[in-house]
Amino acid sequence: MPDLLLELFCEEIPARMQRRAAEDLRKLVTDALVERGCVYEGAQAFATPRRLALHVVGLPARQPDLREEKKGPRVGAPEAALQGFLKSAGLTDISQAQVQADPKKGEFYVAIVEKPGRSTPEVIADIMPGIIRGFPWPKSMRWGAASANPGALRWVRPLQSILCTFGHEMETPEVVQFEIDGLRSGDVTRGHRFLAPDLIIVRRFDDYVAALERAKVVLDADRRKQMILTDARNLAFARGLELVEDEALLEEVAGLVEWPVTLVGSFDESFLAIPPEVVRATIRANQKCFVLREPAAGALTNRFVLVANIEASDGGEKIVGGNQRVVRARLSDARHFWETDQRPLPDFESASDKPLDQRLAKLRALGIVFHEKLGTQGERIDRIVALARELAPLVGADPDLAARAAELAKADLVTEMVGEFPEVQGLMGRRYAELQGEDRSVAAAVEEHYKPQGPTDRVPTDPVSVAVALADKLDTLVGFWAIDEKPTGSKDPFALRRAALGVIRIVLENGIRLNLSNAFASAYRSHRTTNPLLASQLDVAAASAGQSVAATINAVAGAVYQSDLLSFFHDRLKNYLRDQGARHDLIDAVLADAASDREPPGSPLRAGEPGGSRSRAANDDLLAIVRRVEALGRFLDTEDGRNLLAGAKRAANILRIEEKKDGRAYADAVDPALLAQPEEQALATALDAAEGRARAAVAAEDFEGAMAALAVLRPAVDAFFDKVTVNADEAALRANRLRLLSRLREATRTVADFSAIQG
Amino acid sequence: MSVALEPTRSFQGLILTLHRFWAEQGCVVLQPYDMEVGAGTFHPATTLRSLGPKPWKAAYVQPSRRPKDGRYGENPNRLQHYYQYQVILKPSPPDLQDLYLRSLAAIGIDTRLHDVRFVEDDWESPTLGAWGLGWECWCDGMEVSQFTYFQQVAGFECSPVSGELTYGLERLAMYVQGVENVYDLNFNGLEGAEKVTYGDVFLQAEQEYSRHNFEHANTQMLFQHFKDAEAECRSLLEKGDRGESAAHAMALPAYDQCIKASHMFNLLDARGVISVTERQSYILRVRELAKACGAAFLRTEAGGFVAA
Repeated sequence: MPDLLLELFCEEIPARMQRRAAEDLRKLVTDALVERGCVYEGAQAFATPRRLALHVVGLPARQPDLREEKKGPRVGAPEAALQGFLKSAGLTDISQAQVQADPKKGEFYVAIVEKPGRSTPEVIADIMPGIIRGFPWPKSMRWGAASANPGALRWVRPLQSILCTFGHEMETPEVVQFEIDGLRSGDVTRGHRFLAPDLIIVRRFDDYVAALERAKVVLDADRRKQMILTDARNLAFARGLELVEDEALLEEVAGLVEWPVTLVGSFDESFLAIPPEVVRATIRANQKCFVLREPAAGALTNRFVLVANIEASDGGEKIVGGNQRVVRARLSDARHFWETDQRPLPDFESASDKPLDQRLAKLRALGIVFHEKLGTQGERIDRIVALARELAPLVGADPDLAARAAELAKADLVTEMVGEFPEVQGLMGRRYAELQGEDRSVAAAVEEHYKPQGPTDRVPTDPVSVAVALADKLDTLVGFWAIDEKPTGSKDPFALRRAALGVIRIVLENGIRLNLSNAFASAYRSHRTTNPLLASQLDVAAASAGQSVAATINAVAGAVYQSDLLSFFHDRLKNYLRDQGARHDLIDAVLADAASDREPPGSPLRAGEPGGSRSRAANDDLLAIVRRVEALGRFLDTEDGRNLLAGAKRAANILRIEEKKDGRAYADAVDPALLAQPEEQALATALDAAEGRARAAVAAEDFEGAMAALAVLRPAVDAFFDKVTVNADEAALRANRLRLLSRLREATRTVADFSAIQG
Repeated sequence: MSVALEPTRSFQGLILTLHRFWAEQGCVVLQPYDMEVGAGTFHPATTLRSLGPKPWKAAYVQPSRRPKDGRYGENPNRLQHYYQYQVILKPSPPDLQDLYLRSLAAIGIDTRLHDVRFVEDDWESPTLGAWGLGWECWCDGMEVSQFTYFQQVAGFECSPVSGELTYGLERLAMYVQGVENVYDLNFNGLEGAEKVTYGDVFLQAEQEYSRHNFEHANTQMLFQHFKDAEAECRSLLEKGDRGESAAHAMALPAYDQCIKASHMFNLLDARGVISVTERQSYILRVRELAKACGAAFLRTEAGGFVAA
């Protein structure tokens, strides 16, 4: 079977776009081929800074033939209809069409259009211009004289040549001929820009890869990465050092070279007085170099690894020298920032004698806007201070320390260092806080309040850090909810999902009891005090409702956050627990239990049920939810649990069917006088005892106890279903038995909605 | 050529070599624009000439003022006044990368010895309403040039696209001369008593202008100058407008006022008297001027306007 080789050769493609572009090329070409009947055995795409390449193996030489029947008008139809049919079917005369009979419609014309399959190269030549023109680059451009024409070709950078061959392994392949904006496909490419710039004539993939290697181009990005990594590790090892690995940097660097040559440089040891994170950030961001440390994750050293794109005739001496000079200049800048940030800030010296407080004064004075509708950074800091102080006792932190940490948390945003390297925000604040003699917990919180940054980032544990981290995230969430800037679909520009996940992880991993609704209300009150817009809206709302502003805040906070922000948290919690391996249905069962408020109001079967808000308190409390899920999981692992689940589900099913049939609920009280059989009486008695105990245990947050209380029901439930016919002939008995089942359902709902549990 | 004028020997030798190289490529070699600008792009030979259909090739040195970058002469790499070497080629020729690399070879950078790289850098000038795609050009890890294919200038699609090259002359000279401190650059290529360094020429200016930019520039006056330039730009655009069928008569003088407003803004920014929110609105005001000037230029002969 023949193979296709395609290469699109252009000026340097941004490193961050290469991998995706290769994948897009593979998908676009193979999809278009398959759509045209050219199925293939395999396809692989590659990218270097200057080329996208695609190899498709096992293609047919031709498209399969197509036979299509086109129905036409009835025999004797008007001339215009016949002409239209001839035109659309590609016929010249009606005699070329066949006549078919239909029992209803009578006789009508049918054209048999036989489309012989075209040769695959023809198909490729046909699809390529469209794929190239419509290629989904994140950003594309026009160039050259042709750019003045409307509809000029766009590409990521100027496209210089196209190589496209097709053929069997053993034969000389043919060039697939096509043209786009004056660029003709051919069978030539070029090697490395500097090391082997001459033209290379290519036949097929095998000799293409080999010729590129000879011409100092490694086609496969993963191989380039592996070469860099291996060489860098070896160079480090040879010096008794260790490479600080960095996957994102490795990926980028592999996209900047076609022929990776790894070299080691050094800088003056005096720069190691700068915080190591800054040294690394400087060298990484500006120079795209790796840093080396002492073995076993030891201290940073003054060596770095750079990756050049050429094998220089002097062994790389000049390249290393040049890079060292730039690193030195950059580190000099970093040292300058580091020292400046520790010195008094002109114009703000009177604000405080502490450097970081002077920066804070500047931050406030500049009136830097946090968000157009949520006020300035200064106002945000005030809110976080208030909230951190309020949360402190709940997490075991000293309120004064939490407030101080919150005050300083964002001050480093106006330091020179963070201005230059945004990625060291927080860290620098901590360093500067330590240098001006802040409490250790305060300094740590300045860094750690940003954590966790993602699902794998470390969660803060120091109580002061926890208080500020929670305050910061809750302030953000409540604020953006208040102005209706919630995440939608894939859009989450303010990283609110990450913030909510952060709150969840901090709470769960530290075992914190936090009532979310209360916390939302506190955050909301702070927003009101710093946000005149929000305040005036609330005043208007309060006036029109004829109640106090405080009552309105509670009402708004209740209405908006209870349902919406809280269910956002529940969704994030579900995701989180699912990722942790928890059973999805158990989480639903525990949350659904208290979610009767999510049901449409007045739902006929639910309306009369008691206890709609019974478990709401527990639903505000992430830790309680998780403990219930865990207790439920353990309970269902026991035989009692499994059997009770089966019984409860059976009860729920019967109820569902019968209540629907009768158009009424059986939530009213069981009539003891109508309990005819001993098994009924036993179940009623058991329920009386168990339900009370389960409720008491839930109230005491003793979920194991609640489960144990329910477990006692099992023999009574089993016996009931064994001996008692629910749908008795006598209507009064039947109704009473349904009420009994309803009570069973209610009793199990004290811990979870068993009907949501699978199995 | 005398030894003193070798590009690796003297700052002025570097400039002369680039002049010669680009002159040989058919560029008109212009002199710097006689106004304060933040970058070579502001020169009307780039901003305005990149608009419209007419071919254009120019090369020039442009002194560039970045008031905020002043370091009182104490930083070996940062200056509030420095030189850019600017090349503009319209339309962008197919071998522009090769031309650029040959220009590096002309100033002594051997690409088999030095690691030259094109690293993604999308250029955007919010004040000029301009953007393009291209690269930072690296030599052994140092950014020595910017390479941009203009896509839009003054809010107008470039048709055709121009290629713009901007060389950071001081950095490049430091590199080829092998000096660590910009003030140590040999300016005239001579040695001993005859030698003139970059510091001899500019150190005092850096110190004085840093004081001016950060501490003493009269902000009241600068605010007023900004307003005046803005008003004058609008006024000239209006007075030069003779209706749709006639060429615009004063696009260039109006654009001067736009440049002036931009520089006033940079000075105010360095003095720290423009808040973050205001900053955006000032940038927007300058951009509006640039757009209006671009529109006017497109209605001049150089902009390709043909009177009805």
